[in-house]
Amino acid sequence: MINKKYRVLIIEPSTIIYQGLKYVLEKSPNFSVIGYLRDIQFLPQRLPQLKADIIIVNPNLFGFHKRQNISNIFQDLGSFYLIGLSYAYSNEEVNSNFSAIIGILDDGPKIINTITNVVTSEKNIEKQEQSDLSDREKEILISIAKGMQNKEIADQHNISIHTVISHRKNISKKTGIKSVSGLTIYALLNNLINKDEFV
Amino acid sequence: MKLSDLILSNYKLLSVFNRFDINLGFGEKTIFDICSQKQITPEFFILVCNIYSFEDYLPNNKNLLDINPKELINFLRKTHYYFLKESLSEIENDLDELCEHCEDNHLVILKKFFIDYRKEVINHFEYEENIVFPYIENINKLGFNTDYNIHIFEDNHSNIEDKLSDLKNIIIKYLPETCSSKKRSILLEKLFCFQDELIIHSRIEEKILIPLVSEIEKHIND
Repeated sequence: MINKKYRVLIIEPSTIIYQGLKYVLEKSPNFSVIGYLRDIQFLPQRLPQLKADIIIVNPNLFGFHKRQNISNIFQDLGSFYLIGLSYAYSNEEVNSNFSAIIGILDDGPKIINTITNVVTSEKNIEKQEQSDLSDREKEILISIAKGMQNKEIADQHNISIHTVISHRKNISKKTGIKSVSGLTIYALLNNLINKDEFV
Repeated sequence: MKLSDLILSNYKLLSVFNRFDINLGFGEKTIFDICSQKQITPEFFILVCNIYSFEDYLPNNKNLLDINPKELINFLRKTHYYFLKESLSEIENDLDELCEHCEDNHLVILKKFFIDYRKEVINHFEYEENIVFPYIENINKLGFNTDYNIHIFEDNHSNIEDKLSDLKNIIIKYLPETCSSKKRSILLEKLFCFQDELIIHSRIEEKILIPLVSEIEKHIND
């Protein structure tokens, strides 16, 4: 059960979809829709003021090339759960930016359920935040330090790219280090790799 | 307002004074005295002081258009120079000091991280000084005869603050306890200062230089 009211921001060009989504969300006592942006202009200026806990965004608002990196765009603008809104087919790589995807054909309870799952499951991750890296994260970190790309890491560990990205996010969150070279130093200082492996 | 009162109210303006070639020992001189002596536009000087003092200060549209782009670029160039010759070389010295007294050979890698980072910063500044600034200085002459415009700069303006955070985190959390805390603190303080300055500097480029040049481009195209 959640005992908090989450502030939801919707970024979506269509008023009809926005009104519908707002109607659905506000059936649940846990969500209040605080605002609505029809475009992504001035996001860095507008977002911090809105203090949203959850942002539902239509990835189509982003140019084709930027779509792959939506989570990076939002990352620096605050901490919130990012949820994608999909009209129809959208590709895996774009979807991996989001904690979850809701489709416009989903019914009300399903939408509420999807979002509730995100805020409750990621709560657990927050609890771990202070702790050291998990064993799995250490393995991923070693691969990162060796200069492997997300796709290679996914193949090597038999996980999806989505999972790799979410591991990377958690590693950076815990260590405070974003760059590959910085993470390599972390791995060296913690004896996860030795100097000879590092070219 | 007296110059001395400016510094007393915000000591961070010391670095700004340096970039306007204002030396300490100015006695009771006021902002207007020094501006006419050094041929600085007082409004521009006050604008810069405000930006350095108030986190969300930005000029309104009218004041923005009153800025002389050449004066602004001149200030940005001086800032680049200061970053490279003062801030980064001090950081390098402190880092060397720290490395010397730590046995851990991983510190060599830390040094490499810093050198790579400095290269990145130099490239970042060189692009601005060799491409962006000359474009702006010649914008009236160039008119339509160029493929370049300020939005190309806006799209490519890379973030050079993030890696500093990485370095800070490594020094705060992950260097072994045997590494001198005192030397680490000295280095950290410089890193924090430099990062603050970089953030302000990017804000000037992104929130003042780009909108200003974008307006000028509109007038040229009219």
